[in-house]
Amino acid sequence: MVDLIMKDILGTPAILVGLFALLGLVAQRKNIADTISGTLKTVMGFVILGAGANVLVQSLGKFSDMFDKAFSVDGVIPNNEAIVALAQDSFGTETAMIMLFGMVANIVIARFTPFKYIFLTGHHAMFMACLIAVILTTGGLTGAPMVIIGSIILGSIMVLFPALLQPYTRKITGSDDFAVGHFGTAGYLVSAFIGGKVGKNSRSTEEINVPKSLGFLRDTSVSVSLTMVILFFIVAGFAGPTFVEENLSGGQNFLVFAFMQGLTFAAGVYIILSGVRMLLAEIVPAFKGIADKIVPNAKPALDCPSVFPFAGNAVIIGFLSSFIAGLLSMFLLPIFGLKVIVPGLVPHFFTGAAAGVFGNATGGRKGAIFGSMANGVMISFLPALLLPVLGSLGFEGTTFGDADFGVVGVILGNLVSLFESSVVFILITLAVLAVAFLVGWKVQGKDEEESEAA
Amino acid sequence: MKKVLVVCGNGLGSSMIVEMNVNSILKDMGVEAEVSHTDLTSAKTEQADLYLGSGDIVGNLEDGKKNIVSLNNLMDKKELREALENNL
Repeated sequence: MVDLIMKDILGTPAILVGLFALLGLVAQRKNIADTISGTLKTVMGFVILGAGANVLVQSLGKFSDMFDKAFSVDGVIPNNEAIVALAQDSFGTETAMIMLFGMVANIVIARFTPFKYIFLTGHHAMFMACLIAVILTTGGLTGAPMVIIGSIILGSIMVLFPALLQPYTRKITGSDDFAVGHFGTAGYLVSAFIGGKVGKNSRSTEEINVPKSLGFLRDTSVSVSLTMVILFFIVAGFAGPTFVEENLSGGQNFLVFAFMQGLTFAAGVYIILSGVRMLLAEIVPAFKGIADKIVPNAKPALDCPSVFPFAGNAVIIGFLSSFIAGLLSMFLLPIFGLKVIVPGLVPHFFTGAAAGVFGNATGGRKGAIFGSMANGVMISFLPALLLPVLGSLGFEGTTFGDADFGVVGVILGNLVSLFESSVVFILITLAVLAVAFLVGWKVQGKDEEESEAA
Repeated sequence: MKKVLVVCGNGLGSSMIVEMNVNSILKDMGVEAEVSHTDLTSAKTEQADLYLGSGDIVGNLEDGKKNIVSLNNLMDKKELREALENNL
């Protein structure tokens, strides 16, 4: 009986996440129909996520084979959805547990400290939970201690990162209504910092007329399809028709094969996204509902597109600058002995655009351009630096895309391997977090005095 | 039962938050409607009485038949309320 509950029920990530949704729906006193459909959809979302991973892996494997043949180095495509879906086989339960208790930790920290942020970008919370689960497990932590420290880490960064960005976010939105809760924070901070340094007297991006024709790239499925088809074409071309047709496509023309494989990859991402959407649709509103009841004056920390409307041109300029920096970084990475990170349109679009908005806020056009370029370099180098700490998951040909996953992963991964004993590691981690909170406190205090004085 | 669909590029973050806001505003107004969120590609084939999203996204849905309102500031509840009052 115990075995059935612990291993078969709670050990099945899909059911575990379904139970969270059920709890949330019951806590909100939803009617029976909503509760049943919400719970079932959450579980189904998890199943869909796994199915998407299977579709995507096939084409990712083909890509790696061709890339290897073409350039004799490993090329890695950073894609959060892909790596998280792949990780669910071995780390599903840990991811779900850390995600749930990380949300609880977020609410507790927001309740008892001056950082009143509630992190509502559910998919990023899930990706970060997965990253933490992978790194702690690879580092030798297991069971309850792993889940507890993992949740504390997740809950802390869900509050700290929006808090760090808030002075700049306020500058962009002109209010304190919401914060940015998106794990590209490190890139945005650097962008805003560089903007402040280079952008003396630079005029705002919003005084330029930029064609709106790049708007179609905001549709994720279009931009993933387009990038992947182009990438597959280039790589197939370099690998040569003979290699592709003899070893991979079973005689099918190499360009037709490349086209179909690129779209297969995109279809995989699309399927995974629909799964993620289904499974978050119940959990995030429940989280928000509970947080609103417990934390007075809670500020929502929202996904990065929430700042896009404040600087439409900076979005396009930021994306282009970031992507160009990503292309240049592709050639620099091998010089440093790192794996080649193929720039993805999606991470560069969303984080490059947001970095553009932050850079523009502090340093106008120059800030938007140079700030986003720095972001582009960061999301090329950080995913490469992250690969070694992911253990066996680092060999799947994909990795986490956004800056903070790299920052948190590299720091945690190195801490875990530094200290043999997990007790010491846990104490050190808690100390690091405590220092971070103290610094944040000071900054926030200063910040509030300034804004009150202004 | 009217249906409101909130659209964003990924169909994950912003559209979900706006959906929650729509739900709370509708409750305020005492109007019952089915509200959901999705990404741009799926939105093209999903039927709804009102499509909401930021201009650069929902502009792509224009086919002359759909009832589309583009929001200037996704997070502005006043603007959202007007959009809902005028269209439901």
